[in-house]
This record gives sequence, C-alpha cells and structure tokens, in this order.
Amino acid sequence: MMLSVRDLSFTVQGRHLLAQIRMDLAPGELLVVVGRNGAGKSTLLKHLTRDLPVTSGEIQLYGQPLESHKPKDLARKRAVLPQHTQLDFAYAVQEVVMLGRIPHQRRHAETADDRLIVSACLARVGLAGYEERNYLTLSGGEQQRVHLARALAQLEGTEGDRLLLLDEPTSSLDLAHQHQILTLARELASQGVGILAILHDLNLAAQYADRILVLAGGKVLAYGTPFEVLTAEVIDAAFGHPVVVLPHPQANCPLIVSLPETAATPREPLLAG
Amino acid sequence: MLLVLVPLLVATLLVAVGVGAVGISIPQVLSILLAKLGMTPLVEFSPQQQGVLEAIRLPRVLLGALVGAGLAVSGAAMQGLFRNPLADPGLLGVSSGAALAAALTVVLGLEALGFYALPIAAFLGSIVTTVMIYAIAGKSGRFDVSTMLLAGIAINALCGAGTGLCAYMATNEQLRTITFWQLGSLGGATWDSLWMALPFILVTLVALPFLANALNALLLGEANARHLGIPVEMVKWVIVTLVALGVGAGVAVSGMIGFVGLVVPHLIRLWLGPNHRVLIGASALLGAALLVAADTISRVIVAPSELPIGIVTAFMGAPFFLFLLLGKRGVAR
Repeated sequence: MMLSVRDLSFTVQGRHLLAQIRMDLAPGELLVVVGRNGAGKSTLLKHLTRDLPVTSGEIQLYGQPLESHKPKDLARKRAVLPQHTQLDFAYAVQEVVMLGRIPHQRRHAETADDRLIVSACLARVGLAGYEERNYLTLSGGEQQRVHLARALAQLEGTEGDRLLLLDEPTSSLDLAHQHQILTLARELASQGVGILAILHDLNLAAQYADRILVLAGGKVLAYGTPFEVLTAEVIDAAFGHPVVVLPHPQANCPLIVSLPETAATPREPLLAG
Repeated sequence: MLLVLVPLLVATLLVAVGVGAVGISIPQVLSILLAKLGMTPLVEFSPQQQGVLEAIRLPRVLLGALVGAGLAVSGAAMQGLFRNPLADPGLLGVSSGAALAAALTVVLGLEALGFYALPIAAFLGSIVTTVMIYAIAGKSGRFDVSTMLLAGIAINALCGAGTGLCAYMATNEQLRTITFWQLGSLGGATWDSLWMALPFILVTLVALPFLANALNALLLGEANARHLGIPVEMVKWVIVTLVALGVGAGVAVSGMIGFVGLVVPHLIRLWLGPNHRVLIGASALLGAALLVAADTISRVIVAPSELPIGIVTAFMGAPFFLFLLLGKRGVAR
C-alpha cells in the first residue's frame, strides 16, 4: 500500500470531525472521496497533505509515518491540487507551472528539461501554447488547469511511487473539461500514480473511480467499488436526498438520478456533523 | 535587464558625485579615482575637488545607493510575503519604532552623548518594535501574517502617538531635528555611517535572492508553498529578520525615506513581471539609482540649502503611483 490510514480521528472543541477513519490507496488506484458539506472530506485531505497534524491514529505513506518524510522529498513524490488557489500577480503561465519544479531544482537552476516538462504538462491539461499568457487574463477554469499542470510538473521525473491529491478538481470546469481532467487522472493512474480525489458529482465518481469512500459525519459510511457503494440507501444516508440508481446505458458503472424532494420524506438538517 | 539597470546606476552615481556647490565633471571624477589607485589621471582637477569628492560626495552617494537598494529589496520581499503589492517594510514597525527612539533621544537631550547616539537609538528602536510584532504574530507557534499586519498597525499607531508626544514637548530647535529626521536626509552621511550600515544592509541584499523561489511559491499561499516542500515557517522568520535589519540600518543612518520600498518593486513588476528571481536583483539596482537621483535633486533644488529627501521621494513617488493606479487595467500590476 502506498498510503494507508488507520483509525484516524480528529476532534476540535468536542466536535468529532473525523472518527476512526481507515482507508488504503494502492499505486495506480483512483480513489474518490464523496460526502455532503461538512462530512469531513477536507479535514481528511488536510491530514493527508500535513496541513493538519495527526493527533489520533496513524497515516503511513510509502511504508513510513507521514510525519517522518522530509518536506522536499515528500514534495517530489506527492503533489496537491487545492480547490481554489488565489494568485494575484501577473505571472506568465509557464512561470506558475515552473513553481512545480521547485522541489527538483538545486538552488535556482532552471534546466532545459524543466522547460520541456512545463510545456508537456500544459499540453496534457489542454493548454498547449499558453506558456507566455498572463495568468491573470485566464478564465477560472483555465487557471484551475494551470494549477493541475503545476501539480503534474511536480511529480515529473520522480523515481518510484507518486501520489496526487485532488480537492474538487472539476469544480470550476465545464462538462467537457471535467471529463478531460478525469480522463487524464485515469491515464496517470494507469502509469502507477496513486490518486485521491474529492468530488461532488456522484456520476463522475461512478464513472472514473476504482473505489469510492463515502464519508458522513466524520465516519466512513461506505468504502468499495462504485457498484458496491453507490446504492440508493447509502446515498440517501450520506446526502439526505432520495435517488434512484440505474445501470449506465453505455458505461459499466452505476448512474445516479436524483428524485424530487417529497413532503413524505422528512430530512435531517443539512449541516449536521 | 542588467544591460539597462547597471549602466543606469553607474551613470547616476557618476553624475551625482559631480553635482553640487563644487562642480566636478565626469572625467575629473574618473581622474580623481584613478589617481587614488595610483594611475595616471585623464584630466586636471583641483585639490579642493578631490577633497570634496573623497570626504563628502562619495560616502553620501554610496550610502544613498546602499540605503535605496536595501529599501527596494525589502519592499519586494514584504510584498511577496504578504501576497499584496501594497505592502511596505513600514508594516513591520521598523520606521515608526526608529522614529520614536530618535524623537526620544532628541527630546531627552541624549544627542549630547555623541554624533552616533541618534542612529544607534533609531536602530535599537526599530529592532525593539519588530521583535514585539514578531512575538505577537508568533505567539501560537505558527507565524501568522495577518496577525502581524494588525499588530503592526497597532504598534505603528502607538509609536506615532509617542513620537507626537515627544514633538509636543520638544523645544523649537529639537522639533526641527525631529522633523528633519522624519523626512529623511543623507546629509549626515560620512564614511563612518556608511561602514555602520553596510554589514546589515549587505546581509539583506545578499541573502534575499536565495529566497526567491520561496517567495514565488508563497505567492500561491502558505499551504501551496508547503506542498512544494518550502519550509514556510522558517522562511517567514528569515524574511522578516532580513527586512528588519536592512530597513532598520537604513533608517538609522538616513531617517525615514518613504515610497522607495513601495514604488521600485512595482516598476520592476510592470516591466519584467513578478518573478522574484528577477525582481529582487532588479529592485536593488533601480532602488539604488532612484535614491541617489532623489538625493541629488534634494541637494541642488534649493541650493545652497537642502530639501529633506523624503519630500523629494514622496513628490516623485506619489504622483507616479497614482498614475499607475489610473492606468491599471485590472491585470496590469
């Protein structure tokens, strides 16, 4: 296992944001985490990125406790794409992607290899030829893809296992680009990169995930393949919204169709736990 | 970039050392320097010209260049650290602490202790305020940049009130000294003051370029910089320390000089982009040239008297800054 989480719990002011989380991620696997707002998805991710310290339980990465990795070594083997990145300075697009090469550089030496990697990563996210564009003039979706290219550039040229953590990578993208990015994620997985992605769209999760982790109230509600996990009961329990689950007419995955809310099914308040 | 800025700085230095009550032409300047090195001078010069150049102009112009470079790179680093192009080294309380210490020195008559009582007090004042702001921002173990901003505002206001109280109690003569110090001047420059400020500002000028990658990464936010393997906590402390030393030493020997730290990095960003690998070095060169030019103007514009340099930099910097704001197309910074 490249990443394994054992009994991870996290409590703030008596509120259990995470309770006894157990999960594993193998090289080449695409694991999608879903759950309603406040279910603990972001808190889990912040533990995996070391933005929050592990206070109870254990996270192992590449067979060692997560805390024991040196920052720069870790940065070569693990990239993070945040949900939103605020950058207010007029960088050229290639300079932003080049930031992903920092962990690989000695001093300030930017090599010809680095520049090739930057261009290749931009091409992979569909932004070929954007190298010299002013980052601030791009649309929100384009900016998000620039940061994905930066995360890809960060993992390029690393020997051995690599981990990519994606926090709602498709949230600011249109339909075609959502699929483009997740297709790219699948492609990376097929090259052995372990990927953990938080997604809101259950049908995207169904279509692309190897396994799905459903969080509710800081606990693991369900964990398994899309067919095992994405049932009407689980989704209703996790999201408090009625759905029917059909077989996808073309792909080999479940298709989730939400039903109109009826007065006959009373709901718990949305922001529980 | 270097092809423009280095000749600009050299030309500014050569013109600046020649301009004043005793005129020295550029060939004469070069001749005096060559003679000093034991080589044959190109043209004739008088002993008076040599004396003025060596004892007065050279230390003053070199100090101006040093202070200007220090202020400009500190401004660039603060703007990067705060991810805000309007940040200024003054946010660290360096200037206000120095001003309060200088005003206290004057009002309490401690100037009588010696010529260097005032710069030393000013330097200590800047260090004390910065350490206080540090301590408040770092109280939770992590260095919180937004707490630092708020603490800086509060402590600046407190120092301002203290300085005002000193001014209220001061005699007319003392008030004049305080005011002149607050407006900044290189008029007191000597070789001694140059050697006093040099080690501190040099450390800042040499060390900050090594943090260029970290500053670039910090523009993405602290979490992103951490994910890129940058030791963010350490980097923040180092940057704040370097800025406090560089600006503190500059303020101590030349008083408060505004706008250089704000405007110079802006100009460079407009011209060459925000990449700190270029920005820091280019800011140093342009800051040096700009402050030397401003000092030259302050010497000649009301000759034989001198205008405080802070008035010149504000008159040059503020309208220019407004011009930038009006011309900005939302993304032009």
